[in-house]
Amino acid sequence: MGQKITIEPVTRVEGHGKVTIHLDNDGNIEQTRLHIVEFRGFERFVQGRPYWEMPVLVQRLCGICPVSHHLAAAKATDVIVGAGTGEGLTPTGEKMRRLMHYGQMFQSHSLHFFHLASPDLLFGIESDPLKRNIIHVALEHRDLAVQGVMMRKYGQEVIKATAGKKIHGTGAIPGGINKHLTEEERDYLLHGDDYMNIDKMISWSQDALEFFKEYHKKNKAVIDLFADFPSSYLSLVRKDGALDLYHGVLRAVDTEGKKILHDVDYQEYYKYIDEEVKSWSYMKFPYLKEIGKKTGWYSVGPLARMNTAEFIDTPLAQKEFEFFKKYNEGKPSNKPMHAHWARLIEILHSAEKIKLLLNDPQLMEGELVTKGNKQLEGVGLIEAPRGTLFHHFKIEENDMISMANLIVSTTNNNQPMNEAVNQVATRVMTGKKEITEGMMNAVEVAIRAYDPCLSCATHALGQMPLEFEIYDHENMLIERKFKG
Amino acid sequence: MSKPIIATTSLAGCFGCHMSVLDIDDRILELIELVEFNKSPIDDIKKFTKKCDIGLIEGGCCNSENIHVLKEFREHCRILVSVGECAIMGGLPAMRNGIPIRECLEEAYLNGPTVVANDEKIIPNDPELPMLLDRVYPCHEIVKIDYFLPGCPPREDLIWDALVALVTGDELKLPYEVVKFD
Repeated sequence: MGQKITIEPVTRVEGHGKVTIHLDNDGNIEQTRLHIVEFRGFERFVQGRPYWEMPVLVQRLCGICPVSHHLAAAKATDVIVGAGTGEGLTPTGEKMRRLMHYGQMFQSHSLHFFHLASPDLLFGIESDPLKRNIIHVALEHRDLAVQGVMMRKYGQEVIKATAGKKIHGTGAIPGGINKHLTEEERDYLLHGDDYMNIDKMISWSQDALEFFKEYHKKNKAVIDLFADFPSSYLSLVRKDGALDLYHGVLRAVDTEGKKILHDVDYQEYYKYIDEEVKSWSYMKFPYLKEIGKKTGWYSVGPLARMNTAEFIDTPLAQKEFEFFKKYNEGKPSNKPMHAHWARLIEILHSAEKIKLLLNDPQLMEGELVTKGNKQLEGVGLIEAPRGTLFHHFKIEENDMISMANLIVSTTNNNQPMNEAVNQVATRVMTGKKEITEGMMNAVEVAIRAYDPCLSCATHALGQMPLEFEIYDHENMLIERKFKG
Repeated sequence: MSKPIIATTSLAGCFGCHMSVLDIDDRILELIELVEFNKSPIDDIKKFTKKCDIGLIEGGCCNSENIHVLKEFREHCRILVSVGECAIMGGLPAMRNGIPIRECLEEAYLNGPTVVANDEKIIPNDPELPMLLDRVYPCHEIVKIDYFLPGCPPREDLIWDALVALVTGDELKLPYEVVKFD
């Protein structure tokens, strides 16, 4: 008899996931799968709602990076109200949204690095599971924990100042933004009390990078050899090839760095990308049409962005980018654990951008909203913390949504995460008599490198309703069967 | 006296309520002095290792696994708290309640503009995937819930005050602006 191993729930990732690993009699890996086990049904139930609700409604997909959904939906509705794509907003509109987005990037990346991933680095992958959490980081490395908590707080404060609320805000509206930055908000974020100070954030971001680089020097195997495999990479880049987290053209490169998607306009993303459906996961498997289902898959996220971008337009992050590139000999890094490194470079870049924007008077005055001629369809893309996020809406003449298509960042990473699971399982479990908790955590570490937001990924409701369990109000289970 | 023990979970929620817990910021360092954490997505305790005092539930129930987890929480926690709109009334995911589930599935897997190559018309149905319920249920329709914290998400100060009240036994104040939000 073969053996089946289940890791459930996958923890210290955001959302709901499960891994199954099938071993044969000899202990060889037969099959590995990362299942996404929830389904919501957003594509269908937003139909019939007015388009202007999308930025606040669809963001309820995910409370971890709601700003990404808020802004991607706002960008799609910009097109619908005739405000154009990305460049069409007023300077105030675009800059306020960018500030919101960099705040989001800063908090989400900090959350991931300090709260979720640092226990693996500080205590080790095979350490006591009761210890592997932010609480024990706080007990044993208090300074680092304080830094993580306060960096996340700073990002949340930037979001509050631009979106009105830290989680599920309301700032972005079709065609622009609904508020200016006030003087008090600006001063608080520039040089507030209690660490709320952008220069402090920049220096802490640099400290975090130094911490990582030191760790890297001592743990080459963990960072360079853990679960490495070839992949293609996709992201938005600015037209001149710079890293741009808010807007740009769509680019993909292969594992050697050769362009395989040539800086295309994302309004027509569906010409280039399709999704495969598999029976064992609610999450679909996107791929580049031209290359095909089998090998057309790609990775997104911080590492992908380092691999597609040619440079970074802020000086401190650019220096780190050059070092990263040099380390990888100018080629794309195919090492999933380098995503932690890439994430830290983006934290620094976001902090530099926040400083520039806070000092820009256009955030405090000027037109907030652009108006134009109504269109019946719009696509909004953004580089969310976890990678490229696609929102696509069609409306009827009466302004009600008639079609919604969402490809969230983590969905784009579906195949890469499955590859990583397979790599690690094969390496650490093959032929082993006993499967230890540490081996199972190693599989989770590989998943965690992608910082998957499984909450986002379950937006699509997921299972054939052949069979239901229904509970009545008295909490009695009535088993019923339905045939599709 | 030993520290009160807290467990948390997200059912059919978006993790926004968990994020609002983290928004208590540096008070989290105070919190870990006051309480001990057990099963929670922020740590690696995947199964209850002991009886808990307080269970925080985010999200409603949309599938059989949510029901299972919720019942497990009821069994292991002395006090259960529904945190946020989804736990309290199904929240935004309950927008699917008026729609036949088949339509939701077909829209996601058969009709969208980027599933054109799904020739075999596959809709996920593997035994590893939990059964979807006919609709999204609020938690108190499944098990007894002791307290409810409103908001989408509940603001961090409310979560903090509620936790402190539960731990110390003091009465919780709920001013109008906390109950009426957005």
